[in-house]
Amino acid sequence: MGYELTQHQLNEYFKALGSDYLLVGPIREKAKGTFSDTDKIVYGVFEVFEDLVLEEKAFYSPKEFLLPIRETLFHFIDGQIMEPKIDTKPILIFARPCDLNGIRRLDTIFLKNGDIKDAYYERRRNLVKYVMIECTGGFETCFCVSMGSNVFSDYEAAIRFDGNQSLLEVVDPTLITEGLTQVTVRDFVPKYIHENDINVNVPSMDKINNSIFEHPLWKEYTRRCIACGRCNTSCITCSCFTMQDVEVSDDGLLGERRRVWASCHIKGYTDMAGGHGFRKQNGERMRFKTMHKINDYHRRFGEHMCVGCGRCDDVCPEYISFSKCINKLSEIIKEENHE
Amino acid sequence: MNNPYMPIPYILKSTQIETEIDTTFVFEANDRFIGGQFMQLSIPGVGEAPISISDFDGDTLTMTIRKVGRVTDRLFAMKPGETVYMRGPYGNGFKQEWFKDKDMVVIAGGTGLAPVKNTIDAFVSHPDDIKSLQIIVGFKSPRDVLFEQTLNHWQKKVPMIITVDQGDDTWPYDVGLIPSHIKHLDLTDVANKTVIVVGPPMMMKFTTLELLRLGFIEENIWVSFERKMSCGIGKCGHCKIDETYVCLEGPVFNYTKAKTLID
Ligand SMILES: Cc1cc2nc3c(=O)[nH]c(=O)nc-3n(C[C@H](O)[C@H](O)[C@H](O)COP(=O)(O)OP(=O)(O)OC[C@H]3O[C@@H](n4cnc5c(N)ncnc54)[C@H](O)[C@@H]3O)c2cc1C
Ligand code: SF4
Ligand code: SF4
Ligand code: FES
Repeated sequence: MGYELTQHQLNEYFKALGSDYLLVGPIREKAKGTFSDTDKIVYGVFEVFEDLVLEEKAFYSPKEFLLPIRETLFHFIDGQIMEPKIDTKPILIFARPCDLNGIRRLDTIFLKNGDIKDAYYERRRNLVKYVMIECTGGFETCFCVSMGSNVFSDYEAAIRFDGNQSLLEVVDPTLITEGLTQVTVRDFVPKYIHENDINVNVPSMDKINNSIFEHPLWKEYTRRCIACGRCNTSCITCSCFTMQDVEVSDDGLLGERRRVWASCHIKGYTDMAGGHGFRKQNGERMRFKTMHKINDYHRRFGEHMCVGCGRCDDVCPEYISFSKCINKLSEIIKEENHE
Repeated sequence: MNNPYMPIPYILKSTQIETEIDTTFVFEANDRFIGGQFMQLSIPGVGEAPISISDFDGDTLTMTIRKVGRVTDRLFAMKPGETVYMRGPYGNGFKQEWFKDKDMVVIAGGTGLAPVKNTIDAFVSHPDDIKSLQIIVGFKSPRDVLFEQTLNHWQKKVPMIITVDQGDDTWPYDVGLIPSHIKHLDLTDVANKTVIVVGPPMMMKFTTLELLRLGFIEENIWVSFERKMSCGIGKCGHCKIDETYVCLEGPVFNYTKAKTLID
C-alpha cells in the first residue's frame, strides 16, 4: 500500500510505530565530530522526523544494531556460564539501499558461512525490519551503482521524505497502523539512483590472480596508510571480530567473554602465539581488504562484498580513496592482459 | 539459543611434562574426533585459544600445549580434577581415506607433531591400512623433544629419522634441519609416495620445496596450517586467506591448494 503523509502525519506514524519498535535512523550526535565542536551523523534511535539527518551521509553504518562494537557473549559467575539477555523490542532500521544490501552481506557471513549459524547475530537480526529510505541523489563518494547495490527489494517499507508530501510504501501489513488508514492513499514505487559521480570498474575475477599481490601499487599504500582501521569500523560490510575475556573481580569468580570489532588494517590482526604474523606492511593489508571486498567474497558467495557506500573514503585521515584503488587495480590488470 | 560459542566443561585427568614449555594434557572426553581437528579451549575470564587434538580414545582427549600466554599460562597452573572449557571439534583433520593403501611419509617439526600424532599412531597400529610408513621428526634441541616414549615405540616399528637443529654430547640421533634429511628416506617410486608435513611456517616452506625437488608430486603432499582464530566457525575473519577460511576448509590442505594460499 502507498500513502502520502504530511510532516505531522509522518510524526504521528512514527509515534504509533514507536510503541512497538525502536526506530533507528541517521541522526545528529552533537559535538562528536572529527574536530571538536562539530557534529557527527550516526545511526541512532529517533522519535520524530526532525531528528533525522538526510542531507548528509552517516559517518558510521547501522551495523552496530546487529553487531555491537563490543558484545558480551557470556557472563561467568562463580562457575556458571550465562548468556546475556538483550532488549527484545523489535527494531525498524531506516536506511538507504547501499546499507540494506550491506546488511545482507553481514547476514551471509554470520548465517551462511560454514554450517554453523552465529546465534548472537541471528537473535538480533530476527528483531530487525527495514524501511528503505529512497535515495536518488547519493553523495560525493558513493559508487553503489557500480557495485549493483543501488537497488534493494527486500524491504518491509520504503519512504520518500518530502516535506508535507512524504510518500510511504508499506509491504509488511503489521506496519500499517490505525492512523495510516486516515491518510491519503497514493501509489508509490521508490526510485533508485542510476548514476553516481564516481564510477568504479571492478576488475573481472577471472583476470585476477596472486601475481597482482606483488604489484608496486600496494607499496604506495604502505607509505600512505597509517593502519588506523577507521575504514573498517565505518564499513557496513566489515564483520570481523576478536574474542576477549575479562575478569571483573580479583578472585576470578566474576568475568565475561566478549567479542569486539576487529580491523584487518590494524597491527596484530593475524598475530599468533610465538610471534608469527602475516601482512606486516600496511600496503599488504590494503591489498587484503581490497581483495576481500571485490574478489574473494564474490568467489565464495556470488556477489561483491563492497556495496560502494563510500564511507571508507569519507573517514580516511590519509585521504585514501577505495574507489580510486579499485580503478587503479582495474587499469593495472587491463594493462597486464594487454587490453 | 542454539549457541555455537557455548563452552562445555572438560575435566583434566592427568598431565605429562614434555619439555620446559610443553605439557601434554589429558581430559575426560567421550566425543568422536578426527586427528588434526582442533578445539577452542578456554578458561572463563582468561581467554580462548585454538588447540589441536593430538590424541583420543573414546574416554580421553589429549592435547600437547606450549605455554606462551594468558590461557596457556593459566592452564599450566591447573591440577588434575580441575575443569577447563572447550567447544569443537572444528576443521577437517587428517581424513584416513586420503591415505588408504598409500606409501606414507610423515614429516613433523616441533609442536607440529601434536596434530599429526594420532594419525601416525593409527598408521603404526594398523599397518595394513597403508602400504608403508616412514617418519621424520625434528626439534630445535634435545631439550625440545616431545613424546619421547611414543617416539621410541614408533622407532621400533617403522623407519624413522629423529633430528635436532643442534645436538649435544649425549644426543644419540641425527642432527640438522628437517629438509636436509628428506633425501635419506627410501625414495623408491617417489612419485607415488604420499606425505604429510606439519610444523612451523618456515619448516613447512622449505620442506615442501625439498620434497618437490626430490620428485614428490604436489597432489600427494598434505600440510596443516596455523592461523589466528577467534571463532573456529567462519565468522571472525581472522583465518581467512583469499576466499578460503582455514577454520572451515582446513586446517589440513592438499599442497595444490595450499600453494595458492598467500596471506
Ligand atoms: C588450528 C590451531 C591449532 C593449534 N594447536 C596448538 C597445539 O596443539 N598446541 C599449542 O600449544 N598451540 C597450538 N596452537 C597455538 C595456540 O592457539 C596459541 O599458542 C594460543 O592461542 C596461545 O594462547 P594464549 O592465550 O596462551 O596466549 P596469548 O595470551 O594470546 O599470547 C600471549 C603472549 O604470547 C605471545 N604471543 C601470543 N600470541 C602471539 C601472537 N599472536 N603474536 C605474537 N606473539 C604472540 C605474545 O607475547 C603474547 O603476549 C594452535 C593454533 C591453531 C590456529
Ligand atoms: S569497502 Fe568502503 S565503499 Fe565498500 S562497503 Fe565498505 S566502506 Fe563502503
Ligand atoms: S582509514 Fe585510511 S589510513 Fe586508516 S587504515 Fe583505512 S586506509 Fe589506512
Ligand atoms: S577462525 Fe574465525 S573465521 Fe576462521
